[in-house]
Amino acid sequence: MSISLKNISKSYNKVSALQNITFNVEKGELFGLIGPDGAGKTTLFRILTTLLIANKGTASVAGFDVFKDYKQIRNNVGYMPGKFSLYQDLTVEENLNFFATIFGTTIEENYDLIKDIYVQIEPFKNRRAGKLSGGMKQKLALCCALIHKPKVLFLDEPTTGVDPVSRKEFWEMLKRLQKKGITILVSTPYMDEAALCDRIALIQDGEILEIDTPKEIVKHYPKAIYNVSANNMYKLIKCLKNYEFMYSVYPFGEFVHYTDKRDLFKPNDLIEFLKQNELQNIEISETQPTIEDTFMELAK
Amino acid sequence: MNTILYIIQKEFRQIFRNKGMLPIIFVLPIVQLVILSNAATFEVKNIKFSYIDTDNSSFSRELISKFDASTYFNVLAKYPSNKIANSAMLKGDVDVILEIPSNFERNLLKDKKTDVGVTINAIDGAAAGVTNVYINQILQSFNKNAQSNLIQPSNTSIKYQNITSIPSFWFNKTLNYKTFMVPGILVLLVTMITLFLSGMNIVREKEIGTLEQINVTPIKKHELIIGKLFPFWLLGLVLLSVGLLIAKLLFNVPIVGSLLLMYLYTSIYILVILGIGLFISNFTDTQQQAMFISWFFMVIFILMSGLFTPIESMPNWAQLITELNPIKYFVEVMRMVMLKGAGFNEILPQLTKTLIYAIAMNGLAVLSYKKTT
Repeated sequence: MSISLKNISKSYNKVSALQNITFNVEKGELFGLIGPDGAGKTTLFRILTTLLIANKGTASVAGFDVFKDYKQIRNNVGYMPGKFSLYQDLTVEENLNFFATIFGTTIEENYDLIKDIYVQIEPFKNRRAGKLSGGMKQKLALCCALIHKPKVLFLDEPTTGVDPVSRKEFWEMLKRLQKKGITILVSTPYMDEAALCDRIALIQDGEILEIDTPKEIVKHYPKAIYNVSANNMYKLIKCLKNYEFMYSVYPFGEFVHYTDKRDLFKPNDLIEFLKQNELQNIEISETQPTIEDTFMELAK
Repeated sequence: MNTILYIIQKEFRQIFRNKGMLPIIFVLPIVQLVILSNAATFEVKNIKFSYIDTDNSSFSRELISKFDASTYFNVLAKYPSNKIANSAMLKGDVDVILEIPSNFERNLLKDKKTDVGVTINAIDGAAAGVTNVYINQILQSFNKNAQSNLIQPSNTSIKYQNITSIPSFWFNKTLNYKTFMVPGILVLLVTMITLFLSGMNIVREKEIGTLEQINVTPIKKHELIIGKLFPFWLLGLVLLSVGLLIAKLLFNVPIVGSLLLMYLYTSIYILVILGIGLFISNFTDTQQQAMFISWFFMVIFILMSGLFTPIESMPNWAQLITELNPIKYFVEVMRMVMLKGAGFNEILPQLTKTLIYAIAMNGLAVLSYKKTT
């Protein structure tokens, strides 16, 4: 077991941030924490990286207790906070050297681990970190978090505010790191990234809603889900929300995800209803629920 | 050890890369030293002097000419009446009105005594007191001359006894104000720069989030603190050197005592300031907060340091507070060593207190520094 939490609770004064969090992450697993802002993801990261002490419960990282053996944990984990927190006035190389030194190692020693990522930013190694683009900054931060060959990697919303191409690249890098045996705990508010994890935990208001593989988690969705589209999106949503048998309506890209209260749902009834409301080009087709649908349903 | 050296190297890099910081560290203190040492003086000069002469005699004119001859007074106006003179004082045109009564000369010749009226603007009480002393000195010397003129050689039986004091000013023979101020202002500069920079430094890492990243590393508390504070300790000593050079070359302040002793004391003193800075940064979250708190302490330290006002004339409770003021000891030591040539034994009390202070402050700072939030 690489990461293990048991009944972890944390509150700030009287505001509860985490309640009875219990889960395990296997060695070499890519585990995702999926939840909206304010769900308690960062608090959880800070407890596991020994920056914060939980009020209740026990947790261990890489076999070390977060409270008793915090010193060993600091030697064995890499942490990438949500906010870019490297020295903007130092160059790429100086930042990397700095973190290598305080971990008592050198760039050369663990170069093979960061090589894939570092070659992409190496052309800019004499540039100040503050002058890098968002995607480059992420890569540098990841290099700095990896420089001491950690057993466990904590990534707190690593792709927030990063362009889609860099996001995709970043996840590919994570997959490669995973193959090298590093356990990765990553949090993200993006549901599409959740599908790339081995297992995910859906978290909201400090509580875990569900833990499973992305494939299994969508099977928990209790209803048949339909893509609905028409010529006027805004009007469509408005009409659907007024439909008497409506169970849930969420805009989803170019479609609206619709579920019905009845067990036996006839799409033609709905088409009739929408036509009466002066909508045209109506299309309805059954579709597979996504993690986002599941989350919305569970978070209800 | 390797880690400490690397952090020190990193800190220096950041200091020298910060384009706004370098002038603040090196140019501003020098400008301050030059300007303040020339401007911050308690000497009362160029007193705006006016008079009302209702006597218009040779004696009264001679008295006025004495004021005119003095470098302290600028004789600005002669007013015909009390009323006009008073309104001029009200407007701030003059600070002193000397009123010579009619029959001034006659009374002096006949009765051997007379009075003159003096009105002094006393908004600044200390300056008014000094002005009064100057006026009395001039009146006295006038008096003496008048007496010797009045006493006829035949009246040798009457002898006037006069006691004259001849002062000898030690340690600052010419009463040069700058000799007194330069060491003090130098102390302020070293203190201000090291306190502000160290106070803001760790908070800055909190603000930009790097401290969180560092806290997750196995770096030890003492490594981080020593690595971060050592550059400022060195900067403080460099500032002292620059300041001493200016004091010697520009102001020609005598440096009687041992330079080594000054550096020894300063190197311990800066530790106190760095400890205070670190302590402040542990309890603040932004550079702005750290700056305000540092400034608050700085003002109290400066005004209660004995630099501008003597500690001996403060009320007892205030004197007790000054025992906790590190600047007080530094000012004392600098003046003692620079001007009096005090040796190790003479400054031992201050040195001991500063050392205890340094250990206490840094101990508190290290204890209150936590790697968890």
